[in-house]
Amino acid sequence: MSDTSVRPGQEHFVAPLEETPLRAVDAVDDSAPPSSQWGEAWRQLRRRPLFWVSVVLILLVVVVAAVPSLFTSTNPRFQTLADSLGDPRDGHPFGFTRLGEDVYARTIYGARASVVVGLLSTVLVTVVGGVVGAIAGYYGGIWDALLSRISDIFFAVPLVLGAIVLITSLQSRSTLTVSLVLSLFAWPQTARIMRGSVLQTRSAEFVTAARALGLSRLQVLVRHVVPNALGPVIVIATISLGTFIAAEATLSYLGVGLPSSIVSWGGDISAAQTSLRSAPQVLFWPAAALSVTVLSFIMLGDVVRDALDPKARTR
Amino acid sequence: MGIYIGRRLLQMIPVFIGATLLIYAMVFLLPGDPIAALFGDKPVSPGVAAQLRAQYHLDQPFLVQYLLFLKGVFTLDLGNTFSGQPVIDVMARAFPVTIRLTVVAIIVEAVLGIVVGLLAGLRRGGWFDSLSLFVSLLVIAVPIFVIGFVARYVFAEKLRWIKASVGPDPTWSQLLIPGIVLGSVSFAYVLRLTRNSVAENLTADHVRTATAKGLKPGRVLTVHVLRNSLIPVVTFLGTDVGGLMAGAVVTEGIFNIPGVGGTLYQAIIRTEGATVVAFVTVLVIIYLVVNLLVDLLYAVLDPRIRYV
Repeated sequence: MSDTSVRPGQEHFVAPLEETPLRAVDAVDDSAPPSSQWGEAWRQLRRRPLFWVSVVLILLVVVVAAVPSLFTSTNPRFQTLADSLGDPRDGHPFGFTRLGEDVYARTIYGARASVVVGLLSTVLVTVVGGVVGAIAGYYGGIWDALLSRISDIFFAVPLVLGAIVLITSLQSRSTLTVSLVLSLFAWPQTARIMRGSVLQTRSAEFVTAARALGLSRLQVLVRHVVPNALGPVIVIATISLGTFIAAEATLSYLGVGLPSSIVSWGGDISAAQTSLRSAPQVLFWPAAALSVTVLSFIMLGDVVRDALDPKARTR
Repeated sequence: MGIYIGRRLLQMIPVFIGATLLIYAMVFLLPGDPIAALFGDKPVSPGVAAQLRAQYHLDQPFLVQYLLFLKGVFTLDLGNTFSGQPVIDVMARAFPVTIRLTVVAIIVEAVLGIVVGLLAGLRRGGWFDSLSLFVSLLVIAVPIFVIGFVARYVFAEKLRWIKASVGPDPTWSQLLIPGIVLGSVSFAYVLRLTRNSVAENLTADHVRTATAKGLKPGRVLTVHVLRNSLIPVVTFLGTDVGGLMAGAVVTEGIFNIPGVGGTLYQAIIRTEGATVVAFVTVLVIIYLVVNLLVDLLYAVLDPRIRYV
């Protein structure tokens, strides 16, 4: 290789020979941690502005959901009928709903229902789908056939439709029941992704090595297969957190989600329909808050997927 | 091929039974008395209630009810609604409308999604790519009912291109805007799938070989890149048919289209079990059949896949 011309983008890898003592080239830096899938992904993520934008937005929404009183001192349920559909004014920057409630306060307090339903459903779906998918993919055979058919059954019922039917049959409606119902129809997707990922990991050499070292099948599954198969599941969990929030809003919009005693963006958007023409801001703010929240989770899932997928790393 | 289809049809049986049983259990096993709900606040005479219970098989054990229902599915006798109409007649009115709406949505999302996705994937990282990814994120993030209101407000109330309320027996042109709204979220997914798949295939070995053989760029693009890139897109479109017909609950509500979504929603709210179960059963059958068709389409798109 006598050609010493440096290709664009590789300049910084090339040092003049006289400045590079041979010993330094051969030295192994023992202090550096071994490069793992997650370490590499983190290095990728740190450089993406979109990652930081979505993280900041998500943190903001979570703080708003946890302590809404930090952001407003107005009671979201306080109605002054004289202010019905009133325009924004001092202390009430977004105006008033038809019932004379402060739109800003309701938008702030509505975050909690969405975040709780989103987080709860995602945790449930990831745990149930992850365990089912891991067992189906790792043990195969009769387990795979049985678990795959069961998830097919739940997969064949459309999410929102199944949720509407079940939720109208249930007598109690709360953030917990809404999350449970959404999870019931959403876990098969996670299970399928986990199963596919485990199938790929199962045949890796380190799995054979771990078995050869005498670990039991369960130990190999828990310590070696699952941690290495989790990537795609984390991605789908982040994205589906956004879709659960949207699904909850759809249910509340249809009047079968959260009861009106719980302040929620979906419920507020549904109520604002009737005043779209005279007071569009009543619809705009909860819709914007909902969209930004869903958007930040989907964006986060997107950048995490790019970071975990070596094929996408060509840019 | 015949054996493959046969095996797939056999696999569909447990899923069909499981899914209908699940829906049936959700509707009929859970608390709430449909007969009492039918009469609302008025008192029910025990004789009438008993007669109605017998007529709708509500006095039978759950499994017997379910088996009677399955028998009804195969003899196309799906019972009556509480107002006395045969459920099958209600379906015959609702399904053509929603099928039309779904066809509009599928065509819009497939054509627009594939074209925009292809253009974005060819120049990954370019301005068109970034713009289309941003738009697709926005469409996914804004809830469909908000897109629906805004579309109705702009096209029906401001521009007056369409009627705000579509009403029975809609024409194709009346369903265009609602169809676009219904397909909007899936359009974003089709766009992103096509874009990723095209970008990945552009660097594939078979594409380099095709170019090296001296094929014209247009032929490489359509036959070697696009055809292979369409496999995940077709899978998505297949699973989406069921989702669209169910998702029509929201869109049909906003534009007042008397299709499956609207009818089903009303039936659920009124706890008309027979109607709910019948509609959902048909949706499940549609889902299963479309997925079988999608798997068969794979062989057409990807010459490496052959079913024996």
